[in-house]
Amino acid sequence: MKRSWYATPYALWMLLFAVVPLLFVCWYAFTTPEGHFTLANFQEFAKPRYMGVILRSLKLALYCTALCLVIGYPTAWFLSGRNFNHAQSLVVLILLPMWMNLLLRTYAMMTLLDDNGVLNAALQAIGLQPVKVIGTEGAVLMGLVYNYLPFMVLPIYTVLKKMDYSVIEAAEDLGCNPLRVMTRVVIPMSVPGIVSGVTMVFMPAVTSFAISTLLSHGKLRLAGDLIDYIFNQSSNPTRWNIGSSFSLMMLVLILISIGFLRKVDPDSEGGGMW
Amino acid sequence: MVSNKKGTKVFRTVWMALVLLFLYAPILVMIALSFNASVSRSQWTGFTLSWYVQLFHDPNILGALKTTLEVAVIATVVSTVIGTLGAIGMHSMNTGMASVLINVSYLPMTTPDIVTGVSLMLMFIFAHVPLGKGTMIMAHIAFDIPYVLFSVLPKLKQMNPNLYEAALDLGCHPVKALYKVIVPEIAPGIFTGALLAFTMSLDDFVISYFTSSDIYPNLSRIVYSSTKLGVKPTMYALSTLMFVTILLLLVLINRRTKLENL
Repeated sequence: MKRSWYATPYALWMLLFAVVPLLFVCWYAFTTPEGHFTLANFQEFAKPRYMGVILRSLKLALYCTALCLVIGYPTAWFLSGRNFNHAQSLVVLILLPMWMNLLLRTYAMMTLLDDNGVLNAALQAIGLQPVKVIGTEGAVLMGLVYNYLPFMVLPIYTVLKKMDYSVIEAAEDLGCNPLRVMTRVVIPMSVPGIVSGVTMVFMPAVTSFAISTLLSHGKLRLAGDLIDYIFNQSSNPTRWNIGSSFSLMMLVLILISIGFLRKVDPDSEGGGMW
Repeated sequence: MVSNKKGTKVFRTVWMALVLLFLYAPILVMIALSFNASVSRSQWTGFTLSWYVQLFHDPNILGALKTTLEVAVIATVVSTVIGTLGAIGMHSMNTGMASVLINVSYLPMTTPDIVTGVSLMLMFIFAHVPLGKGTMIMAHIAFDIPYVLFSVLPKLKQMNPNLYEAALDLGCHPVKALYKVIVPEIAPGIFTGALLAFTMSLDDFVISYFTSSDIYPNLSRIVYSSTKLGVKPTMYALSTLMFVTILLLLVLINRRTKLENL
């Protein structure tokens, strides 16, 4: 038996449980419950109650990406610093949450921000008025940044770490001040990392599920929550079809982002995530 | 110039401290609350382990724990076997065919979890497979396999190809050469892959949510349903235990392979 045959179970399993299910999504998205071809499922997007959710998802995902970049870039820069003794253990500490259950971390955030939660208890303890955080877009945004910040730090850190330090020294020797070194040398050289980070934060943020439900007590839905909601509408005969069309749109959006990423960063310098 | 450098250092320390505070404060607060005698989140009325005791007397949670572990163990074993054999097979193929197969593994890694979950659910419903433990295991195997594959492939590349050839030349049967020569050489990669698969399986919420049912909920599903019912300190205790377990597994994996390279 040739050794290449050992890959058969792998090929079959991935075909059946990774490729075929996506074909089902495509099939349901373009058909009626009776199985006829239709584009009507996609028209559902135009309904204000759905459109509102999609626009809110896009808006919050954009804000989240911008905030992650603003917080994540300096963090990655400090971590990659040559004279930073604790960098290695800090890298692990900052990246660990990437791999930790999203639900549990959001639940922890909810405990902190809740109306009678820890934050308000602390505010009242120092004599301030309690604030209403849970249920606002601010709380959801905070939850998104909290969950996805490490995904921004990782690719930028990877690129900065690999950067040839002598280029920076050359710029300094040639009379560049620190600000110009940053804007003319470091940032342009880390563009692949930035693009990678932006994609890695924006993609999960725009499709996020459960974060918003938890941090708004179900009041504010994002695109992922909307898909869940549609699939659970047991009285709606077209729920599989509409839900699939939404999922498919999401997938297309992600594939476009990845295509864009591959174009800007063809050697996937910004971490080998994809 | 010197004071400027010092200023930068102070700024750096403050910045990193704030980032770490942001990332870990919620988790630490939750861990602290799991030991709080009061149900209230605003008052500390003393240390207690009673929430942990209650946790282990709750048949629903024990059932979910059993489901979670069962799913994780079965998914880890099956995905480790399939992924390792897949890597060995691909390693001996021509590059074109192998890269097609490797790219299939990027699919579940890039597809948003919610789409993966929904797509599997649609397929199971279409095929009249009732959602439950079995469907959850199949889904977990599918998302675990890529982690095994990407842990084993680099080890195969490092391996001396002549070893396998030598075993065959000396009259070793190919299957025997597989487990006598190749498997021992790539064992560290297989073990890392299995650890990763186990961790990802314990850690998963979204895909499990769509491929399971309330009859056999896993732990994440229990936590998610509980959030609709208000505060339950037992959930803090449960979350704390899950956090600590996953954290220990991740530290273990990080010692074997750099997490940032995954």
